[in-house]
Amino acid sequence: MSDKRTNVGQQFDRLPATDGDRTVEGRASRAAVVDFFAERFGIDPAVFENFSFWEKGKGKIWIFAADAPSPIRVEGLGMTVLRTRQEHWKPTQSAIQRFGRHASRNIIELDGEAAATFVRGEDQEYDWDGDWGYLIAAHEIGGGTEGRPPRDGTAVEQGECEPIGVGLYVYGELRSTVPKGNREELSPP
Amino acid sequence: MNPLERYAPLIDDYDAFLAACERPLPSVVRVNTIKADPGRARRALDAEGIDYEPVDWHDHLLRLPDGSPGTNWPYFHGWLHGQEEVSAVPALAVDPQPGEQIWDSCAAPGSKTTQLSALMDDRGLVVGNDNNLGRLSSLRHNAERLGVTNLVVTNQDGRNFSLNPFDFDEFDRAIVDAPCSCEGTIRKNPTTLEEWTLEHVHSVAAVQKGILSRAVQATKPGGIVVYSTCTFAPEENEAVVDHVLDTEDCEVVAFDPPLDSVSGVTEWEGDSYDPRVTDTHRIYPHLNDTGGFYCAKLAVTA
Repeated sequence: MSDKRTNVGQQFDRLPATDGDRTVEGRASRAAVVDFFAERFGIDPAVFENFSFWEKGKGKIWIFAADAPSPIRVEGLGMTVLRTRQEHWKPTQSAIQRFGRHASRNIIELDGEAAATFVRGEDQEYDWDGDWGYLIAAHEIGGGTEGRPPRDGTAVEQGECEPIGVGLYVYGELRSTVPKGNREELSPP
Repeated sequence: MNPLERYAPLIDDYDAFLAACERPLPSVVRVNTIKADPGRARRALDAEGIDYEPVDWHDHLLRLPDGSPGTNWPYFHGWLHGQEEVSAVPALAVDPQPGEQIWDSCAAPGSKTTQLSALMDDRGLVVGNDNNLGRLSSLRHNAERLGVTNLVVTNQDGRNFSLNPFDFDEFDRAIVDAPCSCEGTIRKNPTTLEEWTLEHVHSVAAVQKGILSRAVQATKPGGIVVYSTCTFAPEENEAVVDHVLDTEDCEVVAFDPPLDSVSGVTEWEGDSYDPRVTDTHRIYPHLNDTGGFYCAKLAVTA
């Protein structure tokens, strides 16, 4: 039997600093979230230094630019960033579009046709000899990195590409996880 | 009768005003500087062969003459957001600074709210409130798409908004982009005047007075409160400002909007308003080829 509390779905709770500080069963810690982005995508933990992390709804993690009293009952607190409480944590498209440009690994660079296929929400065969699982789908747009906003800590921007969203790579296939409402019919750039 | 005829006595070139109201409005997008600067967004549109014209008074705005502003790559990346040109004015009047705490009392669907976040470099705090739970989902969706992380979304009646959820008790600045009779959106929604009634104007004006009063009360002394509507009715504009000048601790701040405007009116259908409302601004469609708008900037005095 655990003496830990269970998650309350209607409020935002700040994540504990580490797993050792956890008071709610199964809740991810801030350290584990930052480690996930560092290990999976090579994103420097310094990128997240000035943000707080919160859970609302079971396993849904939010990133917030300021701090707030915890718990807090509001309708939204920053942006959704990660789905936890499942075997493979899944970053959100909004998190990857905002922070994925700091990534250095597990990035699939798509050419024009493949990028257009991806944003239509379609799966495609793709040669990739890296890790399976959730990856960053990216492409070149806007003439390289010039004009990216200088923010989010001191991390050096590593990729030349711009993140489009989250792909799932399994069995020689790149599956698009672009949410239905965000899918678009776009010409290859 | 066309409700706009009421305003003939207020408008110097009424024919030009009516003609402008009948022209459709071009699509305008704002570059979301949280994710890309205007140069990068323009390069991406160029590469895709999408025509745009710069808006001369603000380099974050682009007019897209053809097609839907939402169907292109920079839009997919959240670098662009559809926002009527004139509606970019009030957030600039708020002039929020990174690290401040800002209240947006009527935030959904969020084009001004996310503009505030961008102006703050996404640091500090924007509390985006709306009393309509359904409209909050569009606010959440837009903020997420644009990569905004400094927004707190609340669902309260703005007239008695409570800061109880927070660990501070007043805001640095506030914006009341009030629900209104929307006469100024006629170019975008040609049917908007079909349901116009004077009763609705009066009932919505009462709500506007309540929300603007609360905004002044919830903002610290020396702080700024911007009031805006997309309508021409003085009952919803100068009369609302006149009311809070009378009942709350605030004064009008003169400001120079980046678009051509005319002064707020002090006389309307037998009523007269505080002369300080002449430092508020009416933006008619024919002045800059935009939608219609009203904007007042107030400073909290105690």
